[in-house]
Amino acid sequence: MAVATEAPLTSSKETIVLEGATVRFAGDSGDGMQVVGGQFTNTSALHGNDVATFPDFPAEIRAPRGTLAGVSGFQVQFASSDIFTPGDTLNALVAMNPAALVTNIADLEKGGILIVNSESFEPKDLKLARLDTNPLDNGSLDDYRLILVRLDTLNRNAVKDVEGLSSKLQDRCKNFFALGLIYWLFGRDLSATLRFVHAKFGSKPEVEAANERSLRAGWYYGETTEAFVHNYQVEPAQLAPGTYRNIMGNQALAWGLIAAAKLSGKELYCGSYPITPASPILEELSAFKHFGVRTVQAEDEIAAMCSVIGAAFGGAMAITSSSGPGIALKGEAMGLGMILELPMLIINIQRGGPSTGLPTKTEQSDLLQVMFGRNGESPLPVIATRSPSDCFEVALEAWRLATRFMTPVILLSDGYIANGSEPWLIPDVDALPRIPVSHPGPSTTDEPFLPYQRDERLARPWALPGTAGLMHRLGGLEKEDITGNVSYDPDNHQHMTNVRAERVAQIADDIPPQAVNGPSRGKLLVLSWGGTYGTCTTAVQRCLAEGMSVAHAHLRYLNPFPKNLGEVLAGYDQILLPELNMGQLRMLVQARYLREVVGLNKVQGKPFTVSEVVFAITKLVG
Amino acid sequence: MRTELPVLKAADFASDQDVRWCPGCGDYAILAQMKKMLPSLGVPRENTVFISGIGCSSRFPYYMNTYGIHSIHGRAPAFATGLKVSRPDLMVWVITGDGDGLSIGGNHLMHAIRRNLDINIILFNNRIYGLTKGQYSPTSPLGKKTKTSPMGAIDNPLHPLSIAIGCEGTFVARSIDTHIKHLEVVLRRAAEHRGTSFVEVYQNCNVFNDGAWAYVNGRQTKADNTIELEHGAPLIFGTDRQRGIRLNGLVPEIVELGGEITERDLLVHDERAAEPSLAYLLSRLRHEDGFPEPIGVFRAVDSPRYDEELNAQLDAARADRGDGNLSDLLNSGETWTVS
Repeated sequence: MAVATEAPLTSSKETIVLEGATVRFAGDSGDGMQVVGGQFTNTSALHGNDVATFPDFPAEIRAPRGTLAGVSGFQVQFASSDIFTPGDTLNALVAMNPAALVTNIADLEKGGILIVNSESFEPKDLKLARLDTNPLDNGSLDDYRLILVRLDTLNRNAVKDVEGLSSKLQDRCKNFFALGLIYWLFGRDLSATLRFVHAKFGSKPEVEAANERSLRAGWYYGETTEAFVHNYQVEPAQLAPGTYRNIMGNQALAWGLIAAAKLSGKELYCGSYPITPASPILEELSAFKHFGVRTVQAEDEIAAMCSVIGAAFGGAMAITSSSGPGIALKGEAMGLGMILELPMLIINIQRGGPSTGLPTKTEQSDLLQVMFGRNGESPLPVIATRSPSDCFEVALEAWRLATRFMTPVILLSDGYIANGSEPWLIPDVDALPRIPVSHPGPSTTDEPFLPYQRDERLARPWALPGTAGLMHRLGGLEKEDITGNVSYDPDNHQHMTNVRAERVAQIADDIPPQAVNGPSRGKLLVLSWGGTYGTCTTAVQRCLAEGMSVAHAHLRYLNPFPKNLGEVLAGYDQILLPELNMGQLRMLVQARYLREVVGLNKVQGKPFTVSEVVFAITKLVG
Repeated sequence: MRTELPVLKAADFASDQDVRWCPGCGDYAILAQMKKMLPSLGVPRENTVFISGIGCSSRFPYYMNTYGIHSIHGRAPAFATGLKVSRPDLMVWVITGDGDGLSIGGNHLMHAIRRNLDINIILFNNRIYGLTKGQYSPTSPLGKKTKTSPMGAIDNPLHPLSIAIGCEGTFVARSIDTHIKHLEVVLRRAAEHRGTSFVEVYQNCNVFNDGAWAYVNGRQTKADNTIELEHGAPLIFGTDRQRGIRLNGLVPEIVELGGEITERDLLVHDERAAEPSLAYLLSRLRHEDGFPEPIGVFRAVDSPRYDEELNAQLDAARADRGDGNLSDLLNSGETWTVS
């Protein structure tokens, strides 16, 4: 293919080198902003930048065109140094229409580059965005470097010679014109996107040709327009040696599950019901049948969970992926999984709640749900991933714990991690630790099999149907210790309850101690979990650089906590716990360690900005 | 060397647990016929799994010396789905009741049947909630007075077989707890069918709904109130086998044989009919409308099975793309190297 080998285009204008930049593409849901955002991310990652992304889109697939409700955005931070967040403020914003301008302009830095499609500011467009006057000529954008692009006309001219292309399809390419312009602005190579266009539209030559022309036309427009006197360059980041790829959270999680199955010699079973933002896991796994992955799109969340228990009973590596509302439905079956003491994974990609809440927005408000959302005394291990690439490792760790301790394990992610992406140092498969799993072999004696006879880790044997002599019945009724027979004996119920609690609690002996970034004693510890990792890391780094007495501990293990967590907390005068809920981990930490914890809490469907966390730290120790 | 499989007896399928159903419960007869029938299939006990939900009938797995799960209310078909697709080598039975299967678990029953997994679902229909002590169920007749319907039930009852046929069931049958020979035959047919077998068993709850099925059990009334289905045979019933079912357009009617009406005028049963309308029509014959209620196999047709189809897709994917290689996967797509 010709496009892959051509020399990269280079600008003749002066280039200014930046350490990093944050760009957001914003437009209508149907404008293809997620596609161009993804392309810009991929190209920047291939360029060697560190990248972090924040796709933000409405729950409606196509809200009424041009309205505020229909605005879809994709934010990318790319840098020549390590970064952990998609950035607080934008250096450049592409706004495809007035609604996109209105909803995003507050995040653009003063003096930032604002590229707008000037042809989408007709009176009807302004009305849809509920604007009384045209912001392009009322002075409200004077603080920004406003670049007016006649995007519709320029794009139509670029593709008008493509044969067989309807005017509707002509206009649909204009996102690639905008992308081409941004590629010029930051000196990016077009080739990866040209390969993407070929792969995606190769079967429709006119669409492929049109998108390619739009992309190139956007680049040339940047080069020729007098609106730009120079462009920018962000050099590759100094990442650890190795082979990298860009990876999204849900994709990394799905691949981690596939890897965990391989490493434990199991075949993967996924029983799930589609739900935002977890569906991509079921979709991704459905494509890996040649890895022996079986996926069942169940009739509902309950069936998904129950089918997972059935598959686990049969010896599969069984998992279900869902989000808060689905986890609520699964609760009863999760309790059964707990009392059956079978290994399985329950994945919750958290979203804004309660009830249907904010399906496409991020939140961390299901922690107490997964801790306590089952009837009776029903403890389960809970671990949380912190970033898109971390999902891979956490999937392996969750399955290791599940099989080692014969228990369902809950894995928490969130919409921000799930849809975000970052460069990932691809691990050497041969160096990944195996996950040992064993099953008792056939028995020829007449002695009854004892399904609740435990080993030193209090784990019971995973005896599989098909094994002669080990026939046994499991059920949700309380069972007698050792034999597993139904038992209503009061002392036995107490004993079994104690053992089930102890079995989860002693996982603390098997996990690494809690690490701290920064001094081990001081005025303030920032304690965090889940998707706030990047923001808290960046905020604490900034405050440490300012000389503040602050450190950062990020929890992966939420139940049980690492054994040394109490000691860690004791090293600081105060503890600040930022979380995207109203104080759920704070409640658990305070109850467990009897330490007062200061909360930084927000439920606005958006991640914290670094400056919000810096501000909270400064208020306590600045 | 070939090892002879041990010949198993009914007693070999009995677990060491005391059976705790009420004395006189119809469940005993079903358990007995199951244990009696299973050895004839030649499937080892360890390859047999019974899965149930919640309710009196759902204690069934505890009494079988096989693998088993006593799961949660209404969900047994979903457990069976996960197990059967990942372990197609196992023979999987689902034991459910009218409350478990048709009320709280109606959705799962519907989807298990339409997927046509190779499993066997036995629904014990006693038209009452027994384990919760006597509330009306989805199959209780209109007007049924129970603890929760003191003025009579006003919910239209469901007809289990009509539902199974509506869900594209490939094997749909009915038997009666007290007709032990018939029950054994139907259970065996269910086990031998490839695809989801759905069997409704009329089962007497002698504590909370005694006599609900008296009209099919009574020595005097049995022949007049039931009609035994036989593939290819005309629908004849009655103590003297003098009555039959004839179709008048789409409407079934009872006719007396003799005179101008002969067996040739009667509806002939065809359990293999590709089109399910006949089976559905038979499922609508109700005692309260004056008809004998058919027992036996209403429908037995061959259709693709979900578990086989799913595993065939795995085989096809491997044949097409080779066994999945983890390292290739992780390194697929656009990558770059930092040295």
